[in-house]
Amino acid sequence: MKRQSLDNPSDTSLSRVDGAVKVTGAATYSAEYAIPGLVHAVLVTSTIAKGSITAIDSREAEAVPGVLAVISHLNAITVPGWPAKKLPAERVAAGTALRVFYDPLIYFDGQPVAMVVAATHEQAVHAASLVRVTYQQEAHQTHFEKNIGQAGIPQNVQRAKNSPFQDYERGDASALRNADVRIEAEYTIPTQHHQPLEPHAIIAVWEAEDKLTVYDKNQGVKSAQGQLAQAFKLPRENVQVVATYIGGAFGSGIRVWPHTMAAVMAAKQLKRPVKLVLGREQMFTSVGYRPYTKQKISIGAAKDGRLAGIVHEGTGQTSMYEEHLERTVLASRALYACPHVATRYRLLPLDVNTPTWMRGPGDATGMFALESAMDELAYALKTDPLEFRLKNYAESDPERNLPWSAKSLRECYELGAEKIGWKNRLPEPRSVRRNGMLLGYGMASSLYGFHRHPSRARAVMHADGSVIVQSATMDIGPGTGTAMTRIATKVLGVNAKKVRFDLGHSALPDAPGQNGSSTIPSVGSAVHVACEALKSKLVTLAGEMSEKFRPGAEVVARNGKIFSSADDKDGLSYTDILKHHRLNELEVTEASKSGAERDQYSMYSFGCHFVEVEVDPLTGEVRVTRVVTCADVGAIINYKTARSQSIGGVVGGIGMALMEHSEMDHRFGRYVTTDFASYHIPVHADVPSIEVYYIDKPDVQANPIGSKGLGEIAIVGVAGAIANAVFHATGKRVRELPITPDKLI
Amino acid sequence: MKPFQYLRPKTIAEAISMAADYPEAQYIAGGTNLVDLMKRGIASPSKLIDINHLPLKKIEHRYDRLRIGALALNSDVAKNKSVLSRQPLLAQALLAGASGQLRNMATVGGNLLQRTRCSYFYDLALPCNKRKPGSGCGAEAGVNRTHAIFFAGNGFGGNEKSSCIAVHPSDMCVALTALDTEVVINGTSGERRVPFKDFHRLSTLQPELDTNLQPGELVTAIEVTDNAFAQHSHYLKVRDRASYAFALVSVAAALQMDGGRIWDARMALGGVAHKPWRYWAIDLMLRGQAPSEKLFREVAEHEMQSAKATTQNAFKIKLTSNAIVAALKAATGIS
Ligand SMILES: Cc1cc2nc3c(=O)[nH]c(=O)nc-3n(C[C@H](O)[C@H](O)[C@H](O)COP(=O)(O)OP(=O)(O)OC[C@H]3O[C@@H](n4cnc5c(N)ncnc54)[C@H](O)[C@@H]3O)c2cc1C
Ligand code: SF4
Repeated sequence: MKRQSLDNPSDTSLSRVDGAVKVTGAATYSAEYAIPGLVHAVLVTSTIAKGSITAIDSREAEAVPGVLAVISHLNAITVPGWPAKKLPAERVAAGTALRVFYDPLIYFDGQPVAMVVAATHEQAVHAASLVRVTYQQEAHQTHFEKNIGQAGIPQNVQRAKNSPFQDYERGDASALRNADVRIEAEYTIPTQHHQPLEPHAIIAVWEAEDKLTVYDKNQGVKSAQGQLAQAFKLPRENVQVVATYIGGAFGSGIRVWPHTMAAVMAAKQLKRPVKLVLGREQMFTSVGYRPYTKQKISIGAAKDGRLAGIVHEGTGQTSMYEEHLERTVLASRALYACPHVATRYRLLPLDVNTPTWMRGPGDATGMFALESAMDELAYALKTDPLEFRLKNYAESDPERNLPWSAKSLRECYELGAEKIGWKNRLPEPRSVRRNGMLLGYGMASSLYGFHRHPSRARAVMHADGSVIVQSATMDIGPGTGTAMTRIATKVLGVNAKKVRFDLGHSALPDAPGQNGSSTIPSVGSAVHVACEALKSKLVTLAGEMSEKFRPGAEVVARNGKIFSSADDKDGLSYTDILKHHRLNELEVTEASKSGAERDQYSMYSFGCHFVEVEVDPLTGEVRVTRVVTCADVGAIINYKTARSQSIGGVVGGIGMALMEHSEMDHRFGRYVTTDFASYHIPVHADVPSIEVYYIDKPDVQANPIGSKGLGEIAIVGVAGAIANAVFHATGKRVRELPITPDKLI
Repeated sequence: MKPFQYLRPKTIAEAISMAADYPEAQYIAGGTNLVDLMKRGIASPSKLIDINHLPLKKIEHRYDRLRIGALALNSDVAKNKSVLSRQPLLAQALLAGASGQLRNMATVGGNLLQRTRCSYFYDLALPCNKRKPGSGCGAEAGVNRTHAIFFAGNGFGGNEKSSCIAVHPSDMCVALTALDTEVVINGTSGERRVPFKDFHRLSTLQPELDTNLQPGELVTAIEVTDNAFAQHSHYLKVRDRASYAFALVSVAAALQMDGGRIWDARMALGGVAHKPWRYWAIDLMLRGQAPSEKLFREVAEHEMQSAKATTQNAFKIKLTSNAIVAALKAATGIS
C-alpha cells in the first residue's frame, strides 16, 4: 500500500502523546529538575591542543562570593573504577576513554581542565573566567590533510579478524581495470557537529554514600547506568539514570562523556547535588562529532551500464586516545549488484577529541561519495542516473550471498521518480533555467543496516481498563512513546487515551539505547510481544468466565473488549475480566530478540531521495526547492511521527550538503566556528516542501511487527542527491562538502 | 559574565552624564550584541546604562529628510510607511538582517555600533588586535573566508600588531552608506552631526576602534535626506544559507532612471571592508548610460581592481563583482 503525504484520509496515526507537555513547557528536561540544595558547576576547558597543565591558579575564582570549590586533577576525588594515577603522568594508548580531572595531560583543545562549583550559575560562570591555567605546550597535529600519511588500519580491526572494517574484496580486480568507462574521484566531508538545541546537561545526586541518581541528557539510560556503576564500583541497581525528555541528540548522547563524570565526581566530593549545563561553545568539544573523512572511489561499468567494479576507500579522523570506527565504506558492498568490490577503511589519529556517531554514522558519509560517484559514472556513460541504478539493482545481498528479508527499493525509485517528475528532466547539465535560476534534479539511493537488540517490556492492565507499558527505551525526538502506544493499542484493542508508555528511566525493563535506528525494531517488538502476552493472559482468565474463550479460541480485541472471532459479538471487557477475578491489575514482562532469521536473510532498510535545486548563476547560492523522499522500512507503525522523522532526516541532509562545517584554526588546534552564527544549520527558509512516501509493506522476516529502522535512512543519501542536483543545475561537480557559494561561482 | 551594576537614566542628559562619570560603563539598547559580548567576556562593563526608556523611538519625516530615532526598532523601521515609500532600500536591508526575533529587539543605534563577527574577536583564547591591541590578528593567516577584501591587512598602513581584516557585519549600514545619511550624536558638549561615511572607521592603526564616536557619546538619531531612488533601489545579500546569516557580500544599489537611462547612481558594499564600502566612482561610470549586463560587468570589475584577498577569501572578489552585476540588474529591471 502506497501512502501519500499529510492528507491521507485513511491515516489514523496518533499525534504525539507528549506533544502537549512539550509545547506547554510542562515536560521536565535534564537541567530542569528542582532538587533541594542544588549547586551549579561550570567547566573550564583547555586552550591548547597538546601538552600538560603546569599550574592552576584558582585564588581569584575562589574569592568570588558563592564559590564552593574549584575542582581539577589537583584535588578531584579518585574514581574507584579508574587505575591509580601514574607519576609522572603517561599518555594513554588508543582505547582509553578520557578520564576527566585525572592527570595534567592535555589531549585536545577544549578538554575540561577544571570546574567551578558555586551557589548560583552566574557566580560559577564568572569565577570560571578567573581560573588561570598554565601549560607546557607540545606540538600538536590536528590538520587532517597534512597528516593523512599517518593514517592506518585501526588497531581494533587489526586485533579482530571478523571485524566488518577489515579490508574486503570480492571478484576480480581486473574487471574494473578493463571496464569501458571508469571514474576515479576523491570526496571530502568536513567535521560536523550534532548541536541539538538542548545543550547537554546533568544533575548528579548522591542519595547516599553508595547510591547515585543522575538526571542526564543521554540516549541510553541503561548503558549510562552500567558505565557509571562500573566507574564508581557500585551495584548496577544503586545507580539510577533518568532521561525522560530530550531536546534532540542525533548521536551526541550515546555514551557517558567526561562532563557527566565531572558532575558526578563533584557531587560526591561536595556532598551536594551538582548541576552542569554545557555552554554552546563547549558542545563543540564535549560530545563528539561526525569525523572529517576523505574517501576515494574508483568505479567502472561496461557500455551497457552494468557495473564492473567499485573500489571504495575511506579515512576518518579519530582522537589519540580512542578509535572511533564507522560504516563509511560498507554500503558499497551491498547496495549494487557488482561483481568486483573492494573496500578499505583507515583511521587517522589527531590531537582532537573523539568523534562519535552522528545520524546515519558512516553511511551518510559513505553514501555521499558512492552516490556522487554513481552519478558521475552515469553522466560518463550518457545514461540516466536512475536507469543506471535500476540496471545494477541487487536482487539479493551480493556481500553475504543471502536473500533480502524484504526489499522494495525498486518501488521506492518508481514512486519517487513519478512524484518529482523525473521523466521530464532534460539530461544535459546547466540546460534549464527557471526565473533566471539554474534548475537541476538529482537523486540518490539510501540503505541502512537492520539493528535489533534484545529488549524487554512490561505491560500492565489496570482494573479501570487503563494500560501502562514500560521499557527503559528513550525518546530523543522521534516520538517513541507515541509509536509504542500505537503498538499497544493495536494489540490490546484499547483507546490510546487509556495507554501510558513510560521510558527514559534505568529502573524500567531492559532496552537498548536509542541508536542505529533500532528502537522500533527492538523495543517495538518487545512491546508487541508483551501486549500479546497480556492479552492471552486476559483471554485465559476470560475462558474461566465464558465458554467462548476457552483455550484455543480465536479472539479479536477492540474498544477495551475481547470478542470471539467465531461470532464477533457480546465481547467481554477487560474491566469485567479483572473485576470477576478480583484483580486490581494484571502484569506481564516479556523479552524479545532476533533469532536464526538473521543468518538466513540479509536485512536492510532501503530508500531514495529525489531533489530539485535552484542555483543562482551569479552568486552561486543553492536553494533546495523540492525533496521527494521514499523509504522501504517495512511496516509503518505511526505514519505521522514517521513522516516527521523523514522530514528531520532530510533537513539534516540539507545541512550536511550545503552548510554544516566545523572549522579549526590548526595553528592553535582550536575550533573557530563555535556558535550558531558561524556554525550554520538549516533555518526554515532553507527547508522546502518535503514530500514523504513509504512503501509500508511489513518485513515478516525481520520481527513480529514487520518494521525496520527509519531514523538514519532518512538522512543517508540526501547529501549525495543534493550534490547530484547541483551538478545537473550547474555542470559543476562539488566533491567537498559543504556546497557553499564560493564553490560554484 | 562579570557582575555589573544596572542603571536606568530618565533623560538623555542624565544618560550622558552617567556615561561621562563612569568610563567603564556602556549603554545598552536591545542588548542583542552587547549581551553576547558580555557572555563571551569580550565586553565587561562595570555598569550598564539602559537607554531603552529614553524618548528616541520616533520615526518622522520633516522638511527634506527622514529622521529615525536611535531607539527605533529594526522591525519598526522596516515596516514604517515613510521608510517604505521614501527609502525602500533601507527597509530591504533591514529585513535581510538577522531574524524576526532579533529585529524586534535590535535598535538603529545598536545596529550602527554592533561589532564584527570575526571568530577570533569572540574567543579570548585566540589573538586579535581589535579585542586586544598588539596581540596580533588571528584571522590574517587563519580562518578568513568571510573577511575583508578592501583596505585590509598588513599592506595597508598597519603592521602585524595593528592590522585587522574584519568586516562590519551590518546590513542596515550598507544601505545608509549608499544614501545621504547623517548620524546625530549627543555628548557632554552638546549635539554634533557626522556624515555617515565618516562614522565608521577603517582598521588602519587602531583596529580596536570601529567608529569615530567618542567615549560616552550617545547616538540619538540618523537622518536620511530625500532622494529619487525609490523606484530603482535594490539590496542584494549573498549568504551561506537562505536567512539568518551574515552577508558574505552585500550590495546596496540606488539608481535614478529616466527615459531608459541612468541619471544618478549610488552603491555601497557590505561584507568586504572594515566599514560599509562606498563605491564612489559608480555615479561617474553609470550616469547617462543605458543599462546593460555588459556595462554592469565593467562597472563591477572596475571597483574590484583595488580588492585584495587574504588566504581564504579570494572567491569574494569574483562574488562581489557578480553581486554588483546582479544588484544592478535587479535595480534596473533588466534580465
Ligand atoms: C544571531 C545574530 C544574527 C544577526 N544577523 C545580522 C545580520 O544578518 N545583519 C545585521 O545587520 N545584523 C545582524 N545581527 C546584529 C544585530 O543587527 C545587532 O545585534 C543589533 O542591531 C544591535 O542592536 P541592539 O539595540 O541590540 O544593540 P546592543 O546590543 O544593545 O548594543 C550594541 C552596541 O551599541 C551601543 N549602543 C547601543 N545604542 C547606542 C546609542 N544610542 N548610542 C551609543 N551607543 C549605543 C552599545 O553600548 C553596544 O556597544 C545579528 C545578531 C545576532 C545575535
Ligand atoms: S580580523 Fe580584526 S577582529 Fe579578526 S582577528 Fe584580526 S584583528 Fe581581530
